[in-house]
Amino acid sequence: MWRYAIPVAIFAVLFGFLFVGLNRDPSYVPSPLIGKHAPAFSLTTVEDPNKQVSPEDFHGKPFVLNVWGTWCAECRREHETLLEISRQGLAPIVGLNWKDERESAEQWLRQLGDPYAATAFDPEGRAGIDWGVYGAPETFLIDANGVIVYKHIAPLTMEVWNREFVPRIRAGGGRS
Amino acid sequence: MSVELGHFALILAFCLAVAQSVFGLVGAMPGKSYLQSGVRPAVAGQFVFVVLAFASLALAFQHNDFSVLYVASNSNSQLPAFYRFAAIWGAHEGSLLLWLLVLACWSIAVAAFTKNMPATFVSRVLGVLGLVSAGFALFILATSNPFARLLPAALDGRDLNPLLQDPALAIHPPMLYTGYVGFAVPFAFAVAALLEGKLDPVWARWVRPWTTVAWMFLTVGIALGSWWAYYELGWGGWWFWDPVENASFMPWLAGTALIHSLAVTEKRGLFKSWTLLLAIFAFSLSLVGTFLVRSGVLVSVHAFASDPSRGMFILAFLVICIGGSLSLYAWRAQRFGSTAGFAVVSRESFLLLNNVLLVAAASLILVGTLYPLFLDALHLGKISVGPPYFATVFMIPMLPLLFLLAVGMHAAWKRAKLESVKTKLLVMVGASIALAIIVPLVSYGSVSVLSVIGFTAGMWVLLSSLIEPVSRWRAGHKLSASVLGMSVAHLGLGVFVLGATVVKAYEIEKDLSLTPGQSVTLGNYEFKLNDTRNVVGPNYDAIEATVVVSRLGREVTVLHPQKRTYRVQTNPMTEAGIDPGWNRDVFVAMGEPLGQGAWSFRLQYKPLVRFIWIGAVIMALGGFIGVTDRRYRARVPRSADEAAREATVGA
Amino acid sequence: MRAYVAIMAAIMLLAQTVWAIDAAPAFSDPQLQARYEKLTHQLRCLVCQNETIADSNATLAADLRKQLREMIAAGKSDQDILNYMTDRYGDFVLYKPPFEARTVLLWSAPVLLVLAGVIAAFNVIMRRARLPMEESNDAMSDDELDESRRRTV
Repeated sequence: MWRYAIPVAIFAVLFGFLFVGLNRDPSYVPSPLIGKHAPAFSLTTVEDPNKQVSPEDFHGKPFVLNVWGTWCAECRREHETLLEISRQGLAPIVGLNWKDERESAEQWLRQLGDPYAATAFDPEGRAGIDWGVYGAPETFLIDANGVIVYKHIAPLTMEVWNREFVPRIRAGGGRS
Repeated sequence: MSVELGHFALILAFCLAVAQSVFGLVGAMPGKSYLQSGVRPAVAGQFVFVVLAFASLALAFQHNDFSVLYVASNSNSQLPAFYRFAAIWGAHEGSLLLWLLVLACWSIAVAAFTKNMPATFVSRVLGVLGLVSAGFALFILATSNPFARLLPAALDGRDLNPLLQDPALAIHPPMLYTGYVGFAVPFAFAVAALLEGKLDPVWARWVRPWTTVAWMFLTVGIALGSWWAYYELGWGGWWFWDPVENASFMPWLAGTALIHSLAVTEKRGLFKSWTLLLAIFAFSLSLVGTFLVRSGVLVSVHAFASDPSRGMFILAFLVICIGGSLSLYAWRAQRFGSTAGFAVVSRESFLLLNNVLLVAAASLILVGTLYPLFLDALHLGKISVGPPYFATVFMIPMLPLLFLLAVGMHAAWKRAKLESVKTKLLVMVGASIALAIIVPLVSYGSVSVLSVIGFTAGMWVLLSSLIEPVSRWRAGHKLSASVLGMSVAHLGLGVFVLGATVVKAYEIEKDLSLTPGQSVTLGNYEFKLNDTRNVVGPNYDAIEATVVVSRLGREVTVLHPQKRTYRVQTNPMTEAGIDPGWNRDVFVAMGEPLGQGAWSFRLQYKPLVRFIWIGAVIMALGGFIGVTDRRYRARVPRSADEAAREATVGA
Repeated sequence: MRAYVAIMAAIMLLAQTVWAIDAAPAFSDPQLQARYEKLTHQLRCLVCQNETIADSNATLAADLRKQLREMIAAGKSDQDILNYMTDRYGDFVLYKPPFEARTVLLWSAPVLLVLAGVIAAFNVIMRRARLPMEESNDAMSDDELDESRRRTV
């Protein structure tokens, strides 16, 4: 007799999952690089094609890597926040100019202000692929040992900075 | 007529749907039968007002009323008039109104054609349909109002998505909706039977034509969607196991199982509780599909813009409809047992196995589609489940089903005596295997284990389905529509399997660049790019290439693929040049310009691809033929011989 | 969150008119080309609404196809390439889910469902085979069904 209740029981389980699923974002892709060593790259800077920049340059203290492009409207929105963060001086921000053109990027930084300690120029997106970048803006937090501890997708706001980045930086850049 | 009138009409339709469900369900209770006289008028009234609401939206589109937000988002003054009509169901709000309209049409058909059934029972059926209509009307009014205004009005609209600007948009959604909304009818019949607490086999005879007609439309709707994706999207695929595609395929599988289960219930009074469960299952899958497509829980190219509040509403609706009907089933289903038996080898056994495999197939598609959601909800990370998974595991229930089908078609009720067909079947399977090896070797140059198995299965089903009609015709007996319909439907399935197997195993695809004057070969075919030129369309500008296709030196056709840029939405789109043929398609799509007049192209050779859609259409035709059988028409007397003949190997 | 990804995707699609069809010529070795086609049909385009990198016209998809091409030309195996992708993007990028603890249910479900169904069916068949073959107490012949339908209330 109880076997007739099996279908409704299965539906109840299904309902549970669908209900929880409504609050999840199916297109958000978490990074598998959290806890791994930051992928190396050696790229020219946006301003000076003869200068090189690499994550190794910032080893020893926590730093932030921000992926951006002049074609990305959301990056424009977060630029103010980045300027504010660089003024605070808690951690240097390294820019990764992704899939862009050198002149446009230079002009952008000149006109809007440069929050970056250095900006790497990645026109082909190779370094981006190594870092698992799939859109802009994306912002990574790397600890003093060169390990990626956090990744934020979408424009950075002061709220997210204070909630996610600052505590981790203060804790020595270790995983909280 | 301003859209406010349409909005008001929709509100009235909602009220009438509520009235319909109250009169219908309460009116079936003892002592309240006076309410039943209000049911059919409520159905008619609801229908009229839904039509009015739909018409008001249609007029807003035709008159380019961009003060209506929905029109401004999905239309444009340059949009051809034909598409301005089809654009009504181009996005979420309007497509829901179409859903409601289709349901209203089904409801009024049920009200009209059930005059011969017990009044209380029909009252319940219409009451349940009223509940479903009321739910959808409320959903539209509360969360998805197509009549919302945009003030100040836009100067011009954002245009219909170019991918939808195609004649198929006019027929694919209406067909599809007629199909899976139509499963609400057997659902309502099942709930009514559960409420009543008894089920005569005559119930099955009532329900079967409704189910078959809905199934028919769903078959055509899915086939149209597949064909449209094939020629419109430019990459030559015909099925991607996308969540939205799966959402329409699962009800189809359940509906097929339902039709077969109804046959057993009608003939022998058996499998009653299975049939009831399948009727609930089929419509439940339609509703779950609606949820998946509109709530944002899954990512899909077809998904409508999502909104969690909409998702919550549909989920609540699911709990009421599915949870409610399944709870009713849990409570009442034990009343529907029966005591008759059948042999181990009998039509009943074959049909039971058939249904089990179909339900397993629908279930595994559901599991695969929802698995990423399960893992994410349990915080176990993100995965993707796509064609490599589905294409493989779908074979697990399907291949056995095909082979069982070829034999089971000929099993008699109660105790099958397959002696008379055993030789024919063995000869046919031998012939099928032989053809499966020879034909591909000769035509395409290679064979593989999987292609041989698939080809054999398709061929065997096709040949086997011919046995019954051919032997009856040779014996000079008349063929009932029921048996003919069954044979035709199974033949269609065989044709489909042949097409799917061959195209998957032997299609050739090449991406390469061509400069004007250059030619390349693909298999036996030669493609030469003559030139490219500019073309101006009604609401797009395009570059058109002229490609000459030859086979073994002789010119076959000239194709004109285009790369279009629609002026309003500015996304580039490719219109493939296709040379159709019963035995192969030749497919050319443009990529991007490479400078100096050179372009990248995707060239494809697709053998037997048309069999996929032809097979589906034949299946639907089989369903149609079956429905015309005289047993579903009242008051047609039959001779004793016909009745006797049908009793043996009736469908 | 979803809105951002959608906006990013839309911007990327509009910003560049790269198409899914590659500008580069096919591999001259048909085996390599076959591997390339198989792999591009197995990998997911992350910024698209459910498409493979073979069929997508997003810039990220074009970049990944280029990467794939170089890795095949460099002699990397299929597994190396898939590992490369999952190391950077996670299992989400694979359309064929790997067989691991959390996907055991997924991969075993088809077989389990079919087995459970077939076993249940056989139980029913065996039970029914022992019952008498006469008609069920309320089965009706075709004529009775016709009569029943004709009866108005």
